[in-house]
Amino acid sequence: MTLTPKALLLLSALALAACQNPDRYGAGGGAGGAGGAGGTGYVDTTGLGDPSDPRSIAYFNQTVGDKVHFALDQSTLSPEARTILTAQAGWLNQNAAYAIIIEGHADEKGTREYNLALGARRAAAVQQFLVSQGVAAGRMKTISYGKERPIEVCSDEACYSKNRRAVTVLSAGAGV
Amino acid sequence: MTSPFRILSLLALALGLGAAPLTALAQDGRPPRIDITVGVIEPMPIAIPVFVDEGGAGDYAAQLSRVVASDLVGTGFFAAIPQEAHIARITSFDGGVSYPDWRAINARVLITGAVSVAGDRITVKFRAFDVENGTQIEGAALQFAGTTAGWRRMAHKVADVVYSKITGEGGYFDSRVVFVSESGPKNARAKRLAVMDYDGANVQYLTDSSAIVLAPRFSPAGDRILYTSYESGFPRITLLDVGSLRRQSLEEQQGTMTFAPRFSPDGQTVVFSLERGGNSDIYTLSLASGRLTQLTNAPSIETAPSYSPDGSQIVFESDRSGTQQIYIMPASGGEGRRISGGEGRYSTPVWSPRGDLIAFTKQNAGRFHIGVMRTDGSEERLLTASFLDEGPTWAPNGRVIMFTRESAGAGGQASLWSVDISGRNLKQITTEGPASDPAWSPLLP
Repeated sequence: MTLTPKALLLLSALALAACQNPDRYGAGGGAGGAGGAGGTGYVDTTGLGDPSDPRSIAYFNQTVGDKVHFALDQSTLSPEARTILTAQAGWLNQNAAYAIIIEGHADEKGTREYNLALGARRAAAVQQFLVSQGVAAGRMKTISYGKERPIEVCSDEACYSKNRRAVTVLSAGAGV
Repeated sequence: MTSPFRILSLLALALGLGAAPLTALAQDGRPPRIDITVGVIEPMPIAIPVFVDEGGAGDYAAQLSRVVASDLVGTGFFAAIPQEAHIARITSFDGGVSYPDWRAINARVLITGAVSVAGDRITVKFRAFDVENGTQIEGAALQFAGTTAGWRRMAHKVADVVYSKITGEGGYFDSRVVFVSESGPKNARAKRLAVMDYDGANVQYLTDSSAIVLAPRFSPAGDRILYTSYESGFPRITLLDVGSLRRQSLEEQQGTMTFAPRFSPDGQTVVFSLERGGNSDIYTLSLASGRLTQLTNAPSIETAPSYSPDGSQIVFESDRSGTQQIYIMPASGGEGRRISGGEGRYSTPVWSPRGDLIAFTKQNAGRFHIGVMRTDGSEERLLTASFLDEGPTWAPNGRVIMFTRESAGAGGQASLWSVDISGRNLKQITTEGPASDPAWSPLLP
């Protein structure tokens, strides 16, 4: 590996870490209290690890893929989402020490309460799929952010389709 | 849980705010009257001279008359005649009224007032006159006393009496609105609970912005607030005592999310959504006994419940038909009957305090609307249209609705708006920063 691509990867890992800073989800730490994560911050932003290390959170986020997307108002898993989640399950089963929080999100074109419920539906759909693939239910928690935490901020379908998502967030949980 | 926040006396202002009727002057003739139910209304000209200083009033005299005028003119039913145009001067509260001078400037109603201040005590008196008939308006002569900190409430009370006498409707100016104050970029919005006078003044913050807070709702007495908070890391219903600012979260069942809470009309029960395994249903929790009761049992999303004023029924939204629609069920639970029937998606139903109408959010053809319909779903009227309007809340008199409007794009921001149920008088409430999720208090005592 040449130096340049590696530097780029590290930069993107840092950018991801910034995106997932607990501050974004409030000092309460979003899904803080996750598993054995110690209750501060829902993800250990200093512990994403080296993305070239296949056992690192950074590797999971970037290479396995931590997100799946949904159609408007839907919580059905698309074939593409199932492929990603199957890979997630394989990785999670091999890296059993991580605690898992599944975040469900909605786009802004809905009412607040409905979007909370819809985000929960999406997170649960991912959780149920991962359980079906052998991931221990006890490692996972779900949380809905409704439309409160978009990753894209434009008001077009291009952004909405990215915001309708479930994100599998790992932290160094029990046993690590 | 101890609160890091200073204890605020919000509704405690009511303490020591006494009202007493003043001696009425001679009265007869037909009082000026506005029927606010008709579509287009010519604003009634009203004259509100600066209140008379009866000792130590200082700026309060001008401020009080300004807020009274602002309340009344803000309804769209009144037009204030500029004070520079007044011919007569009111220099003595108990002096006579020179009706011809007020008729000459076409005033239909005249409001006179007097203020005195001693220490932190303020006394406000007012009278309203029917200029055309040359009489005092019956019942529109009162005296209020309280602390100077509550001076705006006295102005609101004066305006409520005048509004009520002339429209025949209950007043709503002496009320508070709890809302979510927002700051920060769209993908990292910081939110905190705040309360304000109905007109946006006197903002006080109830929480800090360390955790997302959503959709606060007042108790029927205005002394408690239910809302959804991420303080624990997960969305959970929280009950806040307004006087002490003490908070406690309800419903600690592991693996569930609780949201969309509202009080029953007697304040004894919370109705809300509980999500388990991805499915949201409606439950009630008795605050006294802690008893949890499941009201709906469906694989669809059931949320946004709101009691009828008599407590016998609950209106809510469900997507059991495939899209969000509005249903009414008995307060004890059940299937519910669908009342929304038009095109599009209907959500966030709220029962009017008068019992006659349901306010809702409607999404259709890419636009959002605030609307009202009768409780059988008939006579649907859309009052607004924009990129994103949602979350109506009723003024205590059931004649005005406040809601959230969000603008589009990366720089999109939420703001608070109000509109009459006739669709008239759409206007933005001035707030210090972006704001969302308003909930109107009852009329203060």
